[in-house]
Amino acid sequence: MRNGVKRIPGGVHPDPRKRTENLETVVMPLPAEVVLPMQQHIGAPCEPTVKKGDRVCVGQVVGAPTDRLAVPIHASVSGTVKAVGPRLYAGGRHITSVQIEADGEQTLDPALAPVSTRDPAGMIASVRDSGIVGLGGAGFPTWYKLTPPPGSTFDTLVVNGAECEPYITSDYREMVEEPIRIIRGIKLVQQMTGIRRVLIGIEDNKAHAIDRLIHASERDSEIDVLSLRTRYPQGGERQLIYAVCGRIVPAGQLPSAVGVLVLSVNTISAIAEWFETGMPLTSRRVTCDGGVVAEPQNVRVPVGTRLGDVFDFCGGFTSHPAKVIMGGPMMGVSQFSLDNTVLKQTNALLALAPDEINQDAESVCIRCGRCVTACPMRLMPSTMNRLILDGKSEEAAAVWHLNDCIECGCCSYICPAARNLVQSFRYGKAEVRLAERRAAQAAAAAGEEK
Amino acid sequence: MELFLTAGSSPHIKAPDTTQTIMRDVLIALLPTSVAGIIFFGLRALMVIAVSVIAAVVTEFVYTRLMKLPMTIMDLSAAVTGLLLALSLSPLVPWWMAAIGAVFAIVVAKMIFGGLGQNFVNPALAARAMMLASWPSQMATFMNPRPATDLVASATPLPAFRYGAGEVPTLFESLIGRSSGSIGEVSVIALLIGLAWLLYRRIITLDTPLAYLVSFAFFAWLWGQDGLFTGNVLFHVLNGGFLMAAIFMVSDYTTTPMTRLGRIIFGAGAGFLTMAIRAVGGYPEGVTYAILIMNCCVPLIDRAIVPPAFGGPKRRRKEADHA
Repeated sequence: MRNGVKRIPGGVHPDPRKRTENLETVVMPLPAEVVLPMQQHIGAPCEPTVKKGDRVCVGQVVGAPTDRLAVPIHASVSGTVKAVGPRLYAGGRHITSVQIEADGEQTLDPALAPVSTRDPAGMIASVRDSGIVGLGGAGFPTWYKLTPPPGSTFDTLVVNGAECEPYITSDYREMVEEPIRIIRGIKLVQQMTGIRRVLIGIEDNKAHAIDRLIHASERDSEIDVLSLRTRYPQGGERQLIYAVCGRIVPAGQLPSAVGVLVLSVNTISAIAEWFETGMPLTSRRVTCDGGVVAEPQNVRVPVGTRLGDVFDFCGGFTSHPAKVIMGGPMMGVSQFSLDNTVLKQTNALLALAPDEINQDAESVCIRCGRCVTACPMRLMPSTMNRLILDGKSEEAAAVWHLNDCIECGCCSYICPAARNLVQSFRYGKAEVRLAERRAAQAAAAAGEEK
Repeated sequence: MELFLTAGSSPHIKAPDTTQTIMRDVLIALLPTSVAGIIFFGLRALMVIAVSVIAAVVTEFVYTRLMKLPMTIMDLSAAVTGLLLALSLSPLVPWWMAAIGAVFAIVVAKMIFGGLGQNFVNPALAARAMMLASWPSQMATFMNPRPATDLVASATPLPAFRYGAGEVPTLFESLIGRSSGSIGEVSVIALLIGLAWLLYRRIITLDTPLAYLVSFAFFAWLWGQDGLFTGNVLFHVLNGGFLMAAIFMVSDYTTTPMTRLGRIIFGAGAGFLTMAIRAVGGYPEGVTYAILIMNCCVPLIDRAIVPPAFGGPKRRRKEADHA
């Protein structure tokens, strides 16, 4: 084991609250039905390949990609398609969804078989068929990441085991329960990409996970396990790369610009599972926690399970939750309904009590500068906030680097005046995109007139 | 089970510190020097402190009522302003003078510009400057610390040192505070206890105080009594309002820059100006005007310093403006 090489700029220390870290993952009984939205990844939504009344098997494709980025979506239960149609999700978007009534048989798609190809391009193409996306929360299609963009090459694989968000122990449990599978997955990724050097970054409050992975990788001189000083947002790609190998990803560029590929431990495990069993991504481990959850635990659930079903399995609520969040409390998305479903990238479901969440009213900025100190991207949150609220989002972007904001939430978290900084940055970025689109349209119209 | 759930932007949790807890910590940090002032100057000091704090809080309360603004006295910033003002006054000022100073600090220096976070000069120092201009003789009349028998001091350490009139305190007297001066600036030890509290509670960082100290000490050494590079640095640091200002005035959030580099520039500039006024200006004390002048530069400093983003190119403001 080595220590991380660099301390990330900024960051905060939220109370970790990892109450589920010592609880063995429990497999949840099959839900009565699942709902699979056709977009669980960055990229265009998939096109449903089934219609109402169709019988489907576990692992069968129910949504096919329509652009060059997207990955297919597979049935997580066997049963009958009850409905195909739009449903409302967090963020206010309607997404076409396939609703499947489970028959309880879990009949496997007969076509499923371990992946035999060992040719790098064929392996990467096969990762696309697996439907795997980044399981840490962003949902970026994994196969697309595995090929470096033209002009760049990978020399280092950084395995993300930082898990810096409070409450979540989904990655931690994978490292403790399946360290060997992670190492097998790493080897597959090495085969696909030709990368030799592997750095596994784990925060130092997860000593047990560090031990397990050191032990599992003992005989591999190419794999190094690095202990990182606990600090949020160390699991952010740019932050993690800096922490484990000291490289700085240029603003506006991808990690491939510095030769690095970052994958989370759960994503790597999913790759191993896919190659060994041929089972696409149809279930995942979810940390179900929060002050009002009766029995917090890590649960393996089929993708598409209603949030309410997962909470019910964890003993239900002891009182009315103040907020239900998909993901962590720093970057997760609050849910308006328990009828929303577990997605591929859902690493946690939190039902938080009023005293756990921020309920302070926004007050005036006292210019204390804590947001400036906390920003891991070295931005000026207070200044950008003032400009955006003044309708000057474009100045915030042109002068103060608004678009470099990773929305990690450190500024809002630390703000003594409880200012809604991140919220204003999302708004400001949208304003800038709109202005750019209008400018492009105006330029196109002017071009036509000539 | 259908529940009505609250949706909202991430992050969903927040650190425990609020504006109110920060101001409370500043009040706690000011407690030792307030107590020291009351011990050395007696009930007169207590009267000045009480009048100033109460006047500041009541003024802000009345102002927000009259202008139909949200009630803000619970953020405790008015109390901090009132206390800082009182601590920078002589224990001999009449009560009505302290009251007028506090009203001026809140109304003219703070609320007219939009209240907390919007004022461009330190309200307590602005009020002190107004009082210096309005009542120059009362503002410069100090008393001897107890248990001295004569109430009115011939001179405070700085004029005593500068004009050779009156007694210059020994190092020990400066440390515990047995010298004449403003209520809150005499006891070095009490001020340092306050600083320790602010650092322990992470209310301030040492960026600005250290920059202020280094710059001030350099110029104190430069402008010596017996020519260049002969100055008595320790005397200047330990006497007068320097230490109080270094801990509580140049670390004020609202009226100092937001970036670290900006704060260092601010501290260095204030150190130069303080000593320039003490050495070659018209007053024996330079802290008030030095900091007020630097306060006025803060918008410029904050506008000029655009930190490069993590991984971003170093761009100067001019290029960014043209981008």
